[in-house]
Amino acid sequence: MKFVKAFLSIAVTALLIWRLDCKTGDIPPIGAFLNPSTGFWQNAESKNILATENLKLPGLLDKVIIRYDDNRIPHIFAKNDHDLYYAQGFVTARDRFWEMDIQTREASGRLSEIIGPKTLDLDRYHRRMGMVYGAENTLKGIMANPVTRVMVNAYTDGVNSYIHQLAPKDYPLEFKLLDYEPEEWKPINCAFLLKLMSETLAGGSDQFGMTNNLKRFGAKDVNDLFPDYPFNEDPIIPTGTKWDFKPLPIPKPSADFMAQMTEGIKTKEITPGVGSNNWAISGDKSATGYPILANDPHLNLTFPSIWYQVQLSSPTVNVNGVSLPGAPCIIIGYNQSISWGVTNVDADVLDWYQVKFKDNTKNEYWYNNQWNKVKKRIEVINVLNQKPIIDTVLYTHQGPVVYETADKKPAKGGENIPVGNALRWIAHDESNEFMCFHLLNRGKNYADYRKALTYFTAPAQNFIFASNDKDIAITPNGKFPLKFKDQGKFILDGSDPANDWQGWIPADQNPTVKNPPRGFVSSANQSSTDPSYPYYINWRFEQYYRGKRINDKLSAMHRANVDSMRIMQMDNYSILAQDVLPTMLKYLDTTKMSAQQISAFHIIKLWDKHYAVNSIGASIFDNWWNHFYGMVWDDKFTVKGTYLKYPSYDRTEKLLLTEPNSKWFDIAATSTKETCADIVAHSFYNAVDELVHKHGQPGPKWQWGFIKETYINHLANLPGFGTGIFAAGGRGGVINALRNGNGPSWRMVVQMGPNVKGYGVFPGGESGNPGSFYYDDMYTTWKNGQLNELLFLRSPTEPSVRVKTTLVLN
Amino acid sequence: MLFLIVLILSFASGYFLPWWVVAIAAFLAAFIIGKTPAQAFWSGFAAVFIVWIVLALFKSIPNNHILADRVVQLFPLPHNWLWLLFITAFIGGIVGGMSALSGVLLKKAFAK
Repeated sequence: MKFVKAFLSIAVTALLIWRLDCKTGDIPPIGAFLNPSTGFWQNAESKNILATENLKLPGLLDKVIIRYDDNRIPHIFAKNDHDLYYAQGFVTARDRFWEMDIQTREASGRLSEIIGPKTLDLDRYHRRMGMVYGAENTLKGIMANPVTRVMVNAYTDGVNSYIHQLAPKDYPLEFKLLDYEPEEWKPINCAFLLKLMSETLAGGSDQFGMTNNLKRFGAKDVNDLFPDYPFNEDPIIPTGTKWDFKPLPIPKPSADFMAQMTEGIKTKEITPGVGSNNWAISGDKSATGYPILANDPHLNLTFPSIWYQVQLSSPTVNVNGVSLPGAPCIIIGYNQSISWGVTNVDADVLDWYQVKFKDNTKNEYWYNNQWNKVKKRIEVINVLNQKPIIDTVLYTHQGPVVYETADKKPAKGGENIPVGNALRWIAHDESNEFMCFHLLNRGKNYADYRKALTYFTAPAQNFIFASNDKDIAITPNGKFPLKFKDQGKFILDGSDPANDWQGWIPADQNPTVKNPPRGFVSSANQSSTDPSYPYYINWRFEQYYRGKRINDKLSAMHRANVDSMRIMQMDNYSILAQDVLPTMLKYLDTTKMSAQQISAFHIIKLWDKHYAVNSIGASIFDNWWNHFYGMVWDDKFTVKGTYLKYPSYDRTEKLLLTEPNSKWFDIAATSTKETCADIVAHSFYNAVDELVHKHGQPGPKWQWGFIKETYINHLANLPGFGTGIFAAGGRGGVINALRNGNGPSWRMVVQMGPNVKGYGVFPGGESGNPGSFYYDDMYTTWKNGQLNELLFLRSPTEPSVRVKTTLVLN
Repeated sequence: MLFLIVLILSFASGYFLPWWVVAIAAFLAAFIIGKTPAQAFWSGFAAVFIVWIVLALFKSIPNNHILADRVVQLFPLPHNWLWLLFITAFIGGIVGGMSALSGVLLKKAFAK
């Protein structure tokens, strides 16, 4: 009996400990996570930081001195380039290793290994669209170049030197929460980060929706509603810029393409306004006589941030700015001679090809009037607590067939991906983007900038530039396929060689402009050029709203300084409202309105068109425009069972302003024929009634900052680890393009001159550890529209009150 | 006495050994010097409870509890780090108490 009691007690205790040490579904192992010896309490960083720290690390060639400033931004001084990138890898990993790990897992389709079947569809998608295939090709390009090979290998060694010295109690918090262990960093992980960027910025496609549109509406309507050049435009390369090169012959449209466009075959949602801004003004426009450059890339806002600030210095370089955790070099920044920044080019570098297989074995496909062998690539996806999934992906010469049959598609998402199509994507090609940044980091002048750009493949960026030689320039740059006009606007016939990409636009013929007469260069993802550019880049770009506002402001600017640029980055003025509001108001008749509608009408009539945090007019206009846009298109473009692409705001604006009696205003479900006036009025009533319903009478509760939900979440959406919802101005389509969880991920202004001065801030902090005082210390500065003056040390010994601690690596 | 020994062993192991080592410490100590089941359980419970509070506070006080204040929001608990501290210590206490109880029961089973 006594033994039974003892045995029972031991069994219960053992079971208890076992339960507390094991993960159950999404719940972390409670005992392992909560105990103070190895659990999360160990991640609580002390406010008392050692003034100096010495570490011995294997593989360094010489001593490296790292000075941390008051925002805990590292300023790395190495005696050679190998040690520089080794140290960059080490300090970045120390602050951000979990972020680096989870991002490469996402890109390489390895999330299910640690999370389980929940992420299987996402992993499968990344495998099947060729992320791993593309990263392998990019790695070849990186390793073929001795400079980038040394750089990426040194960076990798630095990351691994951090991982090797970790004891389980030191694991970043998220490893403890998700209950998995850090693994070795590999050079291909650096390439995965580039692929992730390509996916975010150049991984979307309208082709499937456009092809469905063509089948449904016919060529005439599609050409009318989806024109190749917008109604309103203010292109990046100013109109009238001369093209001083002899263009290559443009490929002939394929026979099938022509047929599709002339025969008149019978037969989701766009998110406008998101992108990035950059601009640079010439010395003539600035107070100091030297150029000023500004850049704010708009991306998903997360803690930790996608950016990591760092200064990199060795005998060959001294550069300051932001890096991507997991990749060597500075991506956006400045040195003592030049500064540069980027925004995305909406280039068409992703095309779908309809594949005709010989039979169900899918071993051969029809191309160039013969059967060709299909290549098969096996993808093994490991799944937590389950058997690995083995997936065979078919590759034609164009690329992977992402979803062979409809049942391979995930239940949710992927509606813009056609079935049975091969994907030709620039991110699959061998490339070496790091060489571009290696050269830019060391650039001294315009010629160096131009040379660096020739190494950049994808995702294509508008590279803006300013130098102490008082040059400014901008180049929509990347590797652009040589195409016939509209090639890839619709799904292409994969059997016709005329539909293949026919080579490349020569790098020196990419659109570019240097020191234009207007005294500034700028971009906001709009059309790269006007229609006079001899090559085809895309039929659609981001709309002109932000670009137009930037150009209007800069045209009027004189004796500008850093603060003028900072204020402009926070500008909330809506060009869309400027364009459409007077016309929309004209259609309203107050005699037919309710009391609330009348009071809303009086507010919006006086609205200054700024999406300010406390603006009530902004809320009314925004809701009104959304209702108007929806009333015009929803009944035509939301069709069950088929995925259609909506016309743009730009096209809707043209319809509103110039075609009030268009057939598109008519709602088919009603017996009367609606016109523009009816839709404008009804959308106003609906918009106001909806606001009243949700937020009560017109008043302070209608302020834009409360209506718009703005937040920054933790990368894994952990509750309590982000900012929660906060009130903020801005919107997609205005310069301060802050909406939901997306917006200016880094704001930078650089004043060129003999003593270059940089200013910048990103929402978050340098540390990715939620237990650090530097996890979100820059958030408030960013939210208030302020910038930090960036510390740019000329030498490791330069005295500065802002240097707080020193780390010495041997 | 048992309380003091478990306390010292838990402290000593807390820095470099896996968390469940406290269970072995409480078990062995109770097996050797434990008296009654109640005395063993409460000694083990109190010792580990106190040690875990002290070790957690040792990290959390210099941190101004910013981490504990975030982590507590992952749990269905009021948004105050003290709750997390209490839960942590309670789990440690149960493990320590049950282990000590097991130790003394096994001792009694062997005793004639």
